[in-house]
Amino acid sequence: MSSSASAAARAPSPGAARAFLRRLALGDAITHIVTLIFAASIIIITSLLVYQLWVNSVASRKAFGWHFWTTTVWDPVFDHFGALPFLYGTVITSVVALLLAVPLGVGAAIFLAELAPPRISEMLAFMIDLLAAVPSVIYGLLGIFVVVPFVRTELAPFLETTLGFLPFFRGPSYGVGVLTASLVLTMMIVPFIISVSREVLMAVPRDQREAALALGATRWESTIRVVVPYARSGITGSIFLAMARALGETMAVTMVIGNDPKVFTSLLAPGYTIAAVIANEFSEATGTLYLQALIELGLVLFLVTFILNGLARLLILATEQRAGARV
Amino acid sequence: MSLRMAWRKSINIVMLSLTGACTLLAVSVLFFILGYLVWHGGKDVNWNFFVKLPAPVGESGGGMANAIVGSAKLLLLAMLLGVPVGVLTGIYLAEFGGRTFGFLVRYTADLLNGVPSIVIGIFAYAVVVIPMHHFSTLAGGFALGVMTIPITVRSTEEFLRAVPNHLREAALALGASKWKAILTVVLPAASAGILTGIMLALARVAGETAPLIFTAFGNPFWSSGWNEPIASLPVMIYNYALGAYADWHEQAWAAGLVLLAFVLLVNITTRLILSRKISVSR
Amino acid sequence: MASVSPVNGINEPTNEARTLPRRFAVSSNASSLQNLSQRFKISALKVFYGAKQVLQGIDLDIPANVVTAVIGPSGCGKSTLLRTLNRMHETIRHARMEGTILLDGEDILGLDVVRLRRRVGMVFQRPNPFPKSIFENVAYGLRINGYSGKLSESVEHSLRRAALWDEVKDQLHKSAYALSGGQQQRLCIARALAVDPEVLLLDEPCSALDPVTTAKIEELLFQLKPTCTIVIVTHNMQQAARTSDFSAFLLEGRLVEYQPTAKLFTNPSDPRTEAYITGRFG
Repeated sequence: MSSSASAAARAPSPGAARAFLRRLALGDAITHIVTLIFAASIIIITSLLVYQLWVNSVASRKAFGWHFWTTTVWDPVFDHFGALPFLYGTVITSVVALLLAVPLGVGAAIFLAELAPPRISEMLAFMIDLLAAVPSVIYGLLGIFVVVPFVRTELAPFLETTLGFLPFFRGPSYGVGVLTASLVLTMMIVPFIISVSREVLMAVPRDQREAALALGATRWESTIRVVVPYARSGITGSIFLAMARALGETMAVTMVIGNDPKVFTSLLAPGYTIAAVIANEFSEATGTLYLQALIELGLVLFLVTFILNGLARLLILATEQRAGARV
Repeated sequence: MSLRMAWRKSINIVMLSLTGACTLLAVSVLFFILGYLVWHGGKDVNWNFFVKLPAPVGESGGGMANAIVGSAKLLLLAMLLGVPVGVLTGIYLAEFGGRTFGFLVRYTADLLNGVPSIVIGIFAYAVVVIPMHHFSTLAGGFALGVMTIPITVRSTEEFLRAVPNHLREAALALGASKWKAILTVVLPAASAGILTGIMLALARVAGETAPLIFTAFGNPFWSSGWNEPIASLPVMIYNYALGAYADWHEQAWAAGLVLLAFVLLVNITTRLILSRKISVSR
Repeated sequence: MASVSPVNGINEPTNEARTLPRRFAVSSNASSLQNLSQRFKISALKVFYGAKQVLQGIDLDIPANVVTAVIGPSGCGKSTLLRTLNRMHETIRHARMEGTILLDGEDILGLDVVRLRRRVGMVFQRPNPFPKSIFENVAYGLRINGYSGKLSESVEHSLRRAALWDEVKDQLHKSAYALSGGQQQRLCIARALAVDPEVLLLDEPCSALDPVTTAKIEELLFQLKPTCTIVIVTHNMQQAARTSDFSAFLLEGRLVEYQPTAKLFTNPSDPRTEAYITGRFG
């Protein structure tokens, strides 16, 4: 292992040595290219997904055009498909769920990020993360056996007697229905709103809140006047994420919404959503047009969630970068 | 002044308690779910549940052995697709990624992660079920595999980035080429994290139902090989919960408990391992 | 940073007494640069980080089998100079070099970078052992270079050269992180020595260490000198004076003065050098 020995080891045939070197350099190039190909495959898979949804719904788009989205008759027997009830049901359940989930989720996120002692906050956030990991079919299970009876025997009669003057809370309730689906969705998206909003709030630089506190603001004032506005776009992003999730949520909704393709006014009535109709009818869809109509529903669901997710990621990125740029 | 101060202080306390109540409400759902499943499903999770096939309608007893094995097979397939693609892409993003293309890949992965699982199911139907002309384990595994990719990508990248740069430098300065440095130093240093990321991804798709109902479909019996329809726990829960028999409901609760226990155990252990690891290296 | 810390000040007499005779023993044949064979010939070296130029054209010859110290205030480019010698600057984004560096007459840009780094080892400011066992750390460079001899012998030899063998011989398979900071740094030196480099670059190797450990590492440099060319970057002038045969003083990316160490520290020819070594700036 002296320097002369290593000099001897370095000497032998320059040709072989050069080939060896080329192989080494090639190793880097190969690794780069292989990983690059796999990285590109993600873009390819996503493009292929869009392509498949597009080409497999051509017949449906040709047959119905925009009327697909404005008519309400869904009749597989006569090959007539109008998707308005599904679109309507999807939007209404998600919006009602968001109305309930946003105050709850953002409130909890503020508590966890700003007000709770760090140790308790860590523990509670851990539980929230666990909640976010609960499979949707489990929510559906609880929905059927707990939320449905609760709505039928307690909530619906109560709403009818107190708010029955509004058209939204009229008519008989079977337990399954739009309100039940919204409640289950609320349970499911609250953990997402909390988890993402908390992270965004925690990315707000410490000096922002210290500045407010040093001016004599209470904890709540510094939070609501300084920290939350600073993180506003990130919180909006978390709401978009939750909305995308609510729109695309399938199992839990399918299990409790009642699966009735009607345009309803009362939240106590049954409804239907895009994801639910795909889940229920896809494997039984006979005939090209029927299947393609369902795939067109999938295409629209994809596009809407794609746009919402895209916006949400940009908003969250913007908040984090603004916070990061200051450090 | 003092009146105003008192007003501000009481607002402070009221809002503090309100946000605290929100948190409590959100967290209590977890205990509610857990308690309810243990209460209803606990008594039916027994030896038979794990080793027997579902009983025919009208007979009580039986188990979900085929669904458990089915879920395991589907997860194995998902891993075979998701892990190589996810980990290699993660390596690309952390070690080679150019700015623009890296951003594009990362962004696409995030968007793919947000695609509703039912749409992933349609995708798997279009590219696997239609060419094969029948529902199959392969189709279900493909759908779940696609879903694990983005999760694995992001966690792999994150853990590779957490490997301190001076370790890469040390390897390079010893005459390691870049790929050898990645293989022998960077990946081993991040391996625990990458592994937990993969486990979390599996736990996430283990509970997915929507992409399976028209790919893997379901099967009341044992499914041999990879070309037949196959049962899985989430789909069994779905079918049994909507069924009309009390026996089925009992089984659905039991299956729900088993599934939830699996998902939560993986989540708890991996997260504990991760947080401990982070606290050590800091 | 360049001022003498009180700890070093107190420690100094003992170190001086121990090391001075050796230094004079070698400095007799190292009294002038011209008589020595040159390992590195650096000419018109410029380095840019993006738009910022950090080295403004350096001409410097580094003789073989002696210790050359590079000193100067923080940000003068001394670490950058060191990193270009085995092209580690290429690991920094947007770094770019101009000019030539010859290693034994060959342009380092023409050499394969992996092979260059095997010949020119490097030890970093902070100890950066891999998260592996002590043995595996030292064996790392041998393994990646496809060493065919007996690993354990080479590992022992390298650990002995780094004066660490006696302290770790009974715990070779323990994690390198179990060692103290000074032991870790000597382990990093052993790791670099294992591939038998012609040159060892040290980038402020003692800045994170206590005086006793520092003395051990300085002692080590003397023992390595007959078999290895050493370039050490330090902002500690006592260390440069104690350990090196030649010293180069850098200021704002330019080489101000390059002399046998004894001359540079006792009779500098440039007023800026004098100002620096007497502590008037930096």
